[in-house]
Amino acid sequence: MSVGQQPILELQGITKSFGGVEALRGVDFALYPGEIHGLVGENGAGKSTLMKIIAGVHTEFSGRFLVDGQEMHFRSARDAHAAGIAMVHQELSVAPDLTVAENVFLGNQPTNAFGLVQWRRMAREAGEQLARFGIDVDPMARLGDLPIGLQQLIEIARVLFSGARIVILDEPTSALSPPEVERLFATLRRLREEGTAIVFISHFIEDILHVSDTVTVFRNGRKVAETASAATSKGALIEAMIGRGGEALEHSYTDDLMLPQPSASSVILKVDQLSLSRSLKDVSFEARAGEVLGIYGFMGCGQQELSRILFGKLKPDSGTLLVEGVPKTFASTAAARRAGVALVPESRRDMLFHQEPVYKNVSISILDRISTLLLKPTQERDIAKRQVEQLQIRPPVVGLDLGMLSGGNQQKVALAKWLTYPPKLLVLCEPTRGMDVGAKNDVINIVRDLRAKGLAIIVLSTEPETVLSLADRILVLKRGALVREFRNEPVSKDRLLEAA
Amino acid sequence: MSSETASATAQRARGLAPFLRSQMRNIAPFLTLICLFTFFAFASPSFATLDNLGNILTQVSITGIIAVGLTFVILCAEIDLSIAAIANVTGIAVAYFTLQESYVNIANVPLPGAVAILLSILLCALLGLVNALGLTVIGIPSFIMTLAMMQIAAGISALLVRGQIAYKVPGLITTLGSGSIGGIPWLVIIAALMLLGGHLVLTYTRFGRYVYMVGGNREAAEYSGLNVKLILGAVMVISAVCSGIGGMLGVAHFGSAQQNEFDTYLLDSIAAVVVGGTSLFGGRGGIGNTIVGLFVLGVLNNGLDHVNIDSFLKILIRGLILLAALVINVYAQRLREKAAE
Repeated sequence: MSVGQQPILELQGITKSFGGVEALRGVDFALYPGEIHGLVGENGAGKSTLMKIIAGVHTEFSGRFLVDGQEMHFRSARDAHAAGIAMVHQELSVAPDLTVAENVFLGNQPTNAFGLVQWRRMAREAGEQLARFGIDVDPMARLGDLPIGLQQLIEIARVLFSGARIVILDEPTSALSPPEVERLFATLRRLREEGTAIVFISHFIEDILHVSDTVTVFRNGRKVAETASAATSKGALIEAMIGRGGEALEHSYTDDLMLPQPSASSVILKVDQLSLSRSLKDVSFEARAGEVLGIYGFMGCGQQELSRILFGKLKPDSGTLLVEGVPKTFASTAAARRAGVALVPESRRDMLFHQEPVYKNVSISILDRISTLLLKPTQERDIAKRQVEQLQIRPPVVGLDLGMLSGGNQQKVALAKWLTYPPKLLVLCEPTRGMDVGAKNDVINIVRDLRAKGLAIIVLSTEPETVLSLADRILVLKRGALVREFRNEPVSKDRLLEAA
Repeated sequence: MSSETASATAQRARGLAPFLRSQMRNIAPFLTLICLFTFFAFASPSFATLDNLGNILTQVSITGIIAVGLTFVILCAEIDLSIAAIANVTGIAVAYFTLQESYVNIANVPLPGAVAILLSILLCALLGLVNALGLTVIGIPSFIMTLAMMQIAAGISALLVRGQIAYKVPGLITTLGSGSIGGIPWLVIIAALMLLGGHLVLTYTRFGRYVYMVGGNREAAEYSGLNVKLILGAVMVISAVCSGIGGMLGVAHFGSAQQNEFDTYLLDSIAAVVVGGTSLFGGRGGIGNTIVGLFVLGVLNNGLDHVNIDSFLKILIRGLILLAALVINVYAQRLREKAAE
């Protein structure tokens, strides 16, 4: 960004509210051509809301919106697209059954004079574009057959090469392995040379500092800081994000951390030679009472499948599960629940009932413990109130529809479901993904409490920090096989990444 | 008092409009009912009489009995297209097991009344179970599974009566289907009791809660450790049994059992549930909605007779009203999602 240059995009005094709650308050934001602009802030700080305004998703707001100095008002994402603005959303939005080339050209396939798709040209150009991105893949392969990380890269590539002048990336690196992240960054830098303006949102502050020129920090719907990346540090950014001493809260885990002596308590779960087609190969391990077992690996390493097998949602091709020494083959998730296994999947959408009040969400998994035939709503509400109090869920109103709660509080409700009658084995997938620092600490404390109560806990995550902050013992899963166990020894982020 | 009251008030104070929008699903059918009723009351002097109200009640009773089970199914975001065919086959079965007059040319198996009724109910429960197994164990979508069952049940009906008409059913069924007590038809009482029963089950039992939760978010229900397949199977059986009861009483009400007797009840029952505002996407609505839907249909059907409309046009008008209700149903869902945002 050079001094005196005109910003390609300028927002002035943007205010946006949802149902009386202000999500953005008088935010100014400017983006220059050839700039990578990092955006950080806790969940609900307003980053995503601002980006959705820029991308034409939210169309009602107050304030001025200028592109190339011209005041604009988008009525839809289509308008934004026409103005050269493209966004990669956090969730993968590809068409898995189409070919790689079709995905790259989704919506604007090259056609000939008769309106027919020019397959050969499309395949060639898609291959060239992806090659520029360092992706060597058959353009005619079915996208869904590729690893998740690669799918994500292809989606990003599609947006980056769509000719947009302003590209917004929302958490693009969460599903990528370190080499893939490097490849992405190299491409971003190249696009910057060509004059594209890029907004980069991430929870990984190191990534932001590494690749961006400027960083803007959001807190509670306001812009609280904007600095050159070179002139700031992780600690300073965290402090600005949460408004209190950040150093102590966010452990960077770059230094070695000593894992404790393995516990000798009773074995709750024993998994023996578990295999599932292409996802898992001969996985064997034990989980003990009063111990948190971390399972780390990159996206697509088989963690998700493993957690589903433990909860009876998927059936393994071979291998056995023993709960407290008794072999189990779960016919349904209900059978797993009755055997004392509980699962919190990585997606809250899969776990919660957004149109139902909080108390029904909390009580659904324990209804058979508190009522035989007739419901007991008073008791349900009392149980929910206790959980809401204990987990400090905000607002503390058990009759409120779950959809009205913020993401972090919803995640706590997902945990609360299992805590009234604690299970023997609690399986947590990505328990702190997408959470702000404060909520992360709350979850860490809850998990430690449960460990103290003697539960066996398995934490599966693709974020090294999550595993390191919670686990007593760590297994590394790589392409469906367990490749390394860390126990009673020093471990750090680097060592974990190296093993995976 | 507590913060709960305070924020609940705050939520309410946020405005009447969002509240009304979220309740659109319940309000719209009721408004439709009032409009239709007012229209016919003015259009025809014979419509708004006590006698005619009694007629309407009797006319919607069989649909009501069938719609109880269908409400469970639709609340789970499934569909049952075999309801009318199962009603028909059950009605024919109960006549098949009853001694007919000598001029009825059916090779039937006369049994004592209680046994005949029991066997007929077993038959419809069995057909429901086949639906349930197809849906949950094999994994056939309910739309297709029950479409096949519609044919199967029609086939069994055809084999039993072979184009003939049977007239006799067990005494109990005759009384409940065509008799009355204190001037009130037993049919109306049975329908009311079954609707009430359905409402109580859905509102006050654990099973009822599971039905709503499975319909609201099936994935979440499974991740909460509910036996989703068992619940889906149960609603398919409930639907078939309700249809069977409706079929037996219907045969007594009409005074005969024959092929294709219940064909109009398929569309009427689905219409009653959906017009009443129960969401086709599952999880929203209930028996209260179904009752309103039944009255909308009943008033419409009955009222059109009173205003002297071309009977062929009547069919078209019913179709248009159903379309309007479906549009409202889909929009209500969208408005609700907006209000929840």
